[in-house]
Amino acid sequence: MLQTHDIGPETVEMDKLYSDMGLSDQEYDSVKNILKRRPNFTETGIFSVMWSEHCSYKTSKPLLKRFPTKGPHVLQGPGEGAGVVDIGDNQAVVFKIESHNHPSAVEPYQGAATGVGGIIRDVFSMGARPIALMNSLRFGDLTTDRMKYLFSEVVHGIAGYGNCVGVPTVGGEVQFDDSYEDNPLVNAMCIGLLKHDELQKGIASGIGNTVIYAGAPTGRDGIHGATFASDDLAEDSDKDRPAVQVGDPFMEKLLIEASLEVIHSDALVGMQDMGAAGLTSSASEMASKAGTGMEMNLDLVPQREPGMNAYELMLSESQERMLLVVKQGREQEIIDVFEKYGLQAVAVGEVIEEKVFRIKQHGEVAADIPVDALAEEAPVYHMPSEQATYFNEFQQLPETVPHVADHGEMLIKLLQQPTIASKEWVYDQYDSMVQTNTVVTPGSDAAVVRIRGTEKALAISTDANSRYIYLDPETGGKIAVAEAARNIVCSGARPLALTDGLNFGNPTNPEVFWQMEQSVEGMSAACRALATPVIGGNVSLYNQSRGKSIFPTPIVGMVGLHESLEHITPSHFQSAGDIIYVIGETEAAFGGSELQNVIEGEYTGKAPAIDLETEARRQQQLLAAIQSGLVQSAHDLAEGGLAVALAESVFNGKGLGLTAELAGDATVSLFSESQSRFLVSVKLEDQQRFEEQIEDARKIGTVTDDHLYTINIDGSTVIQEDAVKLEELWKGAIPCLLKSKA
Amino acid sequence: MKFAVVVFPASNCDRDMYHAVKDVLQEEADLVWYQNSNLENYDGILLPGGFSYGDYLRPGAVASTSDIMQQIKTHAEKGKPVLGVCNGFQVLTEARLLPGALLRNKNLAFMCHQEPLVVANAATKFTSGYEQGEIVRFPIAHGEGNYYCDDETLEELKANQQIVFTYQNNPNGSAGDIAGIINKEGNVLGMMPHPERAMEALIGSDDGLRLFRSMVENWRETYAANA
Repeated sequence: MLQTHDIGPETVEMDKLYSDMGLSDQEYDSVKNILKRRPNFTETGIFSVMWSEHCSYKTSKPLLKRFPTKGPHVLQGPGEGAGVVDIGDNQAVVFKIESHNHPSAVEPYQGAATGVGGIIRDVFSMGARPIALMNSLRFGDLTTDRMKYLFSEVVHGIAGYGNCVGVPTVGGEVQFDDSYEDNPLVNAMCIGLLKHDELQKGIASGIGNTVIYAGAPTGRDGIHGATFASDDLAEDSDKDRPAVQVGDPFMEKLLIEASLEVIHSDALVGMQDMGAAGLTSSASEMASKAGTGMEMNLDLVPQREPGMNAYELMLSESQERMLLVVKQGREQEIIDVFEKYGLQAVAVGEVIEEKVFRIKQHGEVAADIPVDALAEEAPVYHMPSEQATYFNEFQQLPETVPHVADHGEMLIKLLQQPTIASKEWVYDQYDSMVQTNTVVTPGSDAAVVRIRGTEKALAISTDANSRYIYLDPETGGKIAVAEAARNIVCSGARPLALTDGLNFGNPTNPEVFWQMEQSVEGMSAACRALATPVIGGNVSLYNQSRGKSIFPTPIVGMVGLHESLEHITPSHFQSAGDIIYVIGETEAAFGGSELQNVIEGEYTGKAPAIDLETEARRQQQLLAAIQSGLVQSAHDLAEGGLAVALAESVFNGKGLGLTAELAGDATVSLFSESQSRFLVSVKLEDQQRFEEQIEDARKIGTVTDDHLYTINIDGSTVIQEDAVKLEELWKGAIPCLLKSKA
Repeated sequence: MKFAVVVFPASNCDRDMYHAVKDVLQEEADLVWYQNSNLENYDGILLPGGFSYGDYLRPGAVASTSDIMQQIKTHAEKGKPVLGVCNGFQVLTEARLLPGALLRNKNLAFMCHQEPLVVANAATKFTSGYEQGEIVRFPIAHGEGNYYCDDETLEELKANQQIVFTYQNNPNGSAGDIAGIINKEGNVLGMMPHPERAMEALIGSDDGLRLFRSMVENWRETYAANA
């Protein structure tokens, strides 16, 4: 145990203990200026977590301001636990994505599980019932024992937590690339539903009101987790295991039910979950937002073990805890609700007029800090940015078409690439159906969840092709948003808004900062073109180890609205005889493609070009065609190009096949990853109306009932394979990789 | 018919069960918290899926010792229909209202998907709306659904026609492909697959509808006969 009470403010300064906690010399001096004295050990800890990148966004803030965040339907933009979007009928959808990368790299099961727990709390603390979970995962190649272990345990952790709390995990995506070898990414997204009048905010208003601590007692786990997440992962990161929290989904489930019950009480003033930086951030943020102060007595805080000092109590990231502000005199009503669920709820402090955050323990003041200093006055850094040297080089390279000798063989190889292969091994472990609203289960472009009692449904998608973003962060950023929207549109929904999980390397590296800047620029442009504002999100930096940074990976979690259940459209072909169309032109675009990965083993060249106006027009036209009932299935063309998309369209156990007639260069037609393209099937009788509505649609073939996958180019057969065999290979690839010896 | 959906701490299919009987079937139903509740005025008792008590100790073990179980046992003895689904089935075996136990799936992983089932006994209060031997599709969602009992019990279950549903492609290693069993008296059914998740074609299957309809129709007949 840390004997912190023996460590005086002088020692903190002399021995530069602040530096171990993550504060720079300059930041320490600012703290001294704010307090007009030296901070004690506990106060130094409080400043260091609140000013960590994870809590303060000190290097990313200037970039985040560039995102469009407003829209007529946005009820709550960035700044609260999660963003809120109006979906009509007095209903609103609440959602947010959050990363748990560093913890998952050292302790994958708990890292992933608590990532899920944290994002669920962000959503129900807004007053919304969590209705769906998504996730976006990145791993290195599945060739080493360590990577197989990380991958399996992250999936188990997500399943172990999400299944127990009764929120369906309806979809997500997993990609594999070398660049995530040391830094896997685990981003979890939660979607909730509320009535407008149920919307809660994390504010501590009303002088004299009572601060109530509810949920699990505080232990010594996760101390300084936010600081841990704000530094490079070191080779000895195993020693940081104590900075990883341990989750208890049983407790979380009780906390969900109790919290959603107390929101109906007018005794409740505000509620916030204790996430990163635990009690420190929830309390100080609630007071800062309300323009009040808060005084807390740590002796009253439920504790898992005796002898915890103020530093540990304030910085612990123990899970499943909430902080509530309740009207003075009405505490018992709230406490009774938590007790019904067997949860502790204890008054630990009060809202005060003086705008300070004052912590007492054993009758002494353990910390006394101006509230705004922690949240509002955190430092902001404008980091130097420098165009990555590789970028210019890549831009100079001519667009070449890789040589493919046998297109059938290449298709088989592509279908077995882990990034393209079926993720059934993953999602079968998730309860995707609890709550009985899941219309489209995992494995499609977007998941679809019906809103009970209405004709509406929500489409949800997570996307980011980091290979494109690495090659060209601005273009790649545009593509990430466009692809998420494409997935939503293919399912028959209108894209509403998005949350972003920005995962990058070390921002003090000017080339990394340039990647951040450029991708935010690209994403913002696409958000404007597609009318999908950013309503919140999360930044995870320092995803770097041994000097190697991950590919820039800003993950887009997008939500769309089906105004009628009739509009819900599958991504698979439905019936033999339907006509197959491709919307959009195909050009040679192999930079960052799966084909390039297979043939060259690395990514070079230009990212595929994207024109946002064309993208927006095609999405609108396709959505209109779907809404007029002209479309049987719609699928976006992504990794692996048309050949892979066609194969995926017959992989649904219906015994369907296809014949496609293409022209020109076979490799380009089949495997190019040109953007803004869709694969659509249409009933024969709707052919004419469909063609009139969609000017860029080109008929390429027919759905057949012979489970044969046939591609003819300029009249000669280039690929003919048994679709059932292809599906088996596609489904078997990941289980096979996991079983094979490293 | 009035149903009680018993809610334990961390039951998580309670609301699904409630919607199935209340909104889809249009029967009366209440969510009944496991404490301070009385089951007297209910005609049928539904034990939903989930992770009661976080599956601590063993799935269903802690719930099986809760006070409300005494009431459930009493009502079961009186012949009231009791249906336990998933965790509810685990609770029923832990409470010894049904024989056997549910072990971890043979692949040691949670699994969730639609699974084809065979209606092995269509002559129960719960399955009279099905054809004997009919194939129906219900979702499964469990990590511990591998039904186990000793050979003697298995023979007894077979001899008494207590096996109500079997898996067509046994996904979890269950003895005798068992997906659901009934007590000898024919009023307590436990099953791992989720009929309450199979109430609407929109979400994948409506094969579960007939299970609840069978319960209601059989109850009405008995009630009418007794009235």
